[in-house]
Amino acid sequence: MAARSYNLRVYPGFRAVTLLCLFVLYAPLVVVTIYSFNASQSITNWEGVSLRWYADVFTGPESEKFKLAARNSFVIALIAASVATTIATLAATAIIRGGRFRLRTWSFGLISLPLMVPEIVTAVATLIFFNAIGFDRGLLTILLAHIAFCIPFAYLPISARMQGIEASYEQAAQDLYATRRQAFTRVLLPLMMPGIISGFILAFIVSLDDFIITNFVKGAGVETLPTAIFGAVKQGIKPNIMAISTMLLGVSVVMVALSWLISRRDNTK
Amino acid sequence: MATDGTIAIDVRDAVKRYGDFTALKRISLSIRDNEFFTLLGPSGCGKTTLLRMIAGFEDVTEGAIFLFGDEIETLPPHKRPINTVFQDYALFPHMTVIDNVGFGLEMRGKSKSDARKRAGEVLEMVQLSQFANRKPAQLSGGQQQRVALARALAPQPKVLLLDEPLSALDLKLRKAMQIELKHLQRDTGITFIFVTHDQEEALTMSDRIAVMSSGELQQLGDARDIYERPRNMFVADFIGDTNLLSVTVNRVEGQSATCRLASGHQIACDAVEGIAPGAYVHMSIRPERLYLSEPGDGYLSGTVLENIFVGTDITTIVEISPDLRLTVRTSNSDRGAQGIFAPGTAVAVHLEQGAGRLLAD
Amino acid sequence: MAGGGTAGGGPRTDTYAPVRLWLLLPAWVSLTILVLAPVSMMLVYSFLTKEFRGGVIWEFSLSAYDQFFCNRGLFGDEPCSIEWTYLLIFWRSIWQAGAATLLSLAIGFPTAYFIATRPARQRALWVFLITIPYWVNLLIRTVSMKFLLRDQGPLNDALLGLGILSEPLSIVNTNLAVQLGLFYSYLPFMVLPIYAAVERYNFSLSEAAADLYAPRWVILRRIVIPAVKPGIVAGCILVFVPSLGSFLAPDLLGGAKTFMIGSLIEEQFKGNAGNWPFGAAASMILLTMVLILLLIFARQQARAGNG
Repeated sequence: MAARSYNLRVYPGFRAVTLLCLFVLYAPLVVVTIYSFNASQSITNWEGVSLRWYADVFTGPESEKFKLAARNSFVIALIAASVATTIATLAATAIIRGGRFRLRTWSFGLISLPLMVPEIVTAVATLIFFNAIGFDRGLLTILLAHIAFCIPFAYLPISARMQGIEASYEQAAQDLYATRRQAFTRVLLPLMMPGIISGFILAFIVSLDDFIITNFVKGAGVETLPTAIFGAVKQGIKPNIMAISTMLLGVSVVMVALSWLISRRDNTK
Repeated sequence: MATDGTIAIDVRDAVKRYGDFTALKRISLSIRDNEFFTLLGPSGCGKTTLLRMIAGFEDVTEGAIFLFGDEIETLPPHKRPINTVFQDYALFPHMTVIDNVGFGLEMRGKSKSDARKRAGEVLEMVQLSQFANRKPAQLSGGQQQRVALARALAPQPKVLLLDEPLSALDLKLRKAMQIELKHLQRDTGITFIFVTHDQEEALTMSDRIAVMSSGELQQLGDARDIYERPRNMFVADFIGDTNLLSVTVNRVEGQSATCRLASGHQIACDAVEGIAPGAYVHMSIRPERLYLSEPGDGYLSGTVLENIFVGTDITTIVEISPDLRLTVRTSNSDRGAQGIFAPGTAVAVHLEQGAGRLLAD
Repeated sequence: MAGGGTAGGGPRTDTYAPVRLWLLLPAWVSLTILVLAPVSMMLVYSFLTKEFRGGVIWEFSLSAYDQFFCNRGLFGDEPCSIEWTYLLIFWRSIWQAGAATLLSLAIGFPTAYFIATRPARQRALWVFLITIPYWVNLLIRTVSMKFLLRDQGPLNDALLGLGILSEPLSIVNTNLAVQLGLFYSYLPFMVLPIYAAVERYNFSLSEAAADLYAPRWVILRRIVIPAVKPGIVAGCILVFVPSLGSFLAPDLLGGAKTFMIGSLIEEQFKGNAGNWPFGAAASMILLTMVLILLLIFARQQARAGNG
């Protein structure tokens, strides 16, 4: 080999841009995480490391509000992600393993619709719809809206996984006297599990993180974590908000990492 | 080859169309009980389609399929007592080996413990008992292949379908598995329908072979039939090596006939039904049924162009006339005293008795 | 992530064909009720009469669209002349989203290319690193950005401390802050499709070009970029579309001068100036723009796929 090869794939500067890109992506998150441990009352001065703002989140004057909001957020995310994952799994089975049919493309289009319509438009439309049918706004309206936009996020990893499963597995099951239902529950479902879990996790995070739609369809006085944080930030960024943000950030990162690890575990190989 | 004449699978006028494309053009064939039957042909010839129709993975556009007299072509796969060894094995990756093998039994209503017991016996038969609790991914290709076989045999199907099951194995393992499969078929007494594109594999293993091409059955017979008495150009060309010559039939007397080559040479050959004197047809001569000698005493004389050493044999290409070249194969063991004729030397080419085979189309 | 006209290729099997409509039923019912019906209702509302303090009166009216496009003077009795207020807000949104898209492309293309040319085993990790921030709450990310960019924030502290600046930069409340916020919000959407395209790119084309005397940067411009263009277009759409209707970045990072469509719409339903039909009409106009863009994009992708 030549000592210095002329590698056509490499462009000078691209590595630097990539590192810059990662820096830009992570710097704000890292800075907020660091400042959430600031002992100071003010967000500008650094007065050493302390957990006082984390304690404040759980016991401080606003703790009741945030605890309630957090509970709402997690309950809604859990239910919305479960329902959306179920709907998406069934739909993916029809679309990926139901042969060719006329409604196939339409179904896929309908499922991706929440990704194509700008979020604010979905928010407005959902608010108007609940208003028009006289549905009182509250936790239930938030939940219903979340189920709808969680479906495509759950669908994508599930269908990707299902595309990767050879047709011969369920044919082998049927060849060995399994009915269609048995082939589904005994063979296809276990093989799809990594995709279903990542779909669930992504739907969960998307629901947990949603602000815009929630902000429109929530009833007066009903808060989720993002709307509670937004309300607080409107008064200015305070250290306890940074502590809450850091915790929520931690939840998201852990769950995405989990989803990534699970989806990489390929149980067909 | 203990066939008693019962028909296991009877395919009658089966047609398979995908839109405008016809994959199978009205095929009829009967597969006997207890035989090792092979569907042989190049890729795209329809052999796998036919197999999948018997298994129940493709519907039959027209025609019918009978299993021991019962019409089955409308039954779903799980209602047919027929099992398949898939080309990629399709072992369930999330189940252990023994659960894979017991799956079919469980689906047929056996209790989990009964299924495991029987699965253990079948695993023993394929000598894989020690791997019972492994996952398929922890086995070698050859072991996976045997698990697939065990899984398909465990429910004691009436017919076993094998879709190119050896194609993923290396040559040595493939040869060993060919013999093992053959023994397994004999020991279990189950009818095997084997799909392959490898003619050597087909000749080695099969009681009978159906040669297929472009969705049509070309010839049905045992290995010797197909090799020595090919019915048409496709079969002669696809099975083994051959010399294909255009000839005019001169004279037919009982079982024998004479033909004339374009060069004027006369060749003796077997008469074939339906070919009358004056017909212009093709003739197939297997290279190993030709032999060479010093020039002068044969009626086909030519010049050696090239010798190709292929291990056990030497293949010699002889030019008879500018538009006629013959391939002659001489076994290295009986090359004897005559030695090798160097390129450029003049030689005479002889035919063994009955070597020339006339082809119907 | 979003968009895409196909159902991810053809079906794998038809095992579940007999029950496929039953399997699709829950998706159809939920999405029809929760997405299609609401959007249709929004269209209806945009043609109704406004009720003061929110809501509508069920009476047909074009006044929402009239208010959007027509200036009828101080007392509302003059003939229609073009109303610039809202068109300007739309134009600003397009401009902001466009700037954020170009910024994302400038950073995203080299990043995507770099990742795609890593050894295969490392790529998944790089992609993962790029996508993590996307999954962090958008609100938190935007707040973090604001915190970082503040006049007395860590960025200014660092730049002042290093002696690069003598006075803090005022970034918050400017167009630049909003653009940075949008860029930060949707950057992974630029990187991922370009990455996918570069990964599929056949590098022997680059070798062939080099063999024919093309220098490195000419190869990039003449060979690589045209080959991965569908990925670039997809990335631009995926950044531009959500930027156009974004609410958080302009609301938190911008000020009165950076007012965008999202804020205009939000105001109609939240603030005291509530005008639901007008908000619905503005949403319809935004949705129409986005759908036209996606349609052009789908056509272009289909052409790229066929040719």
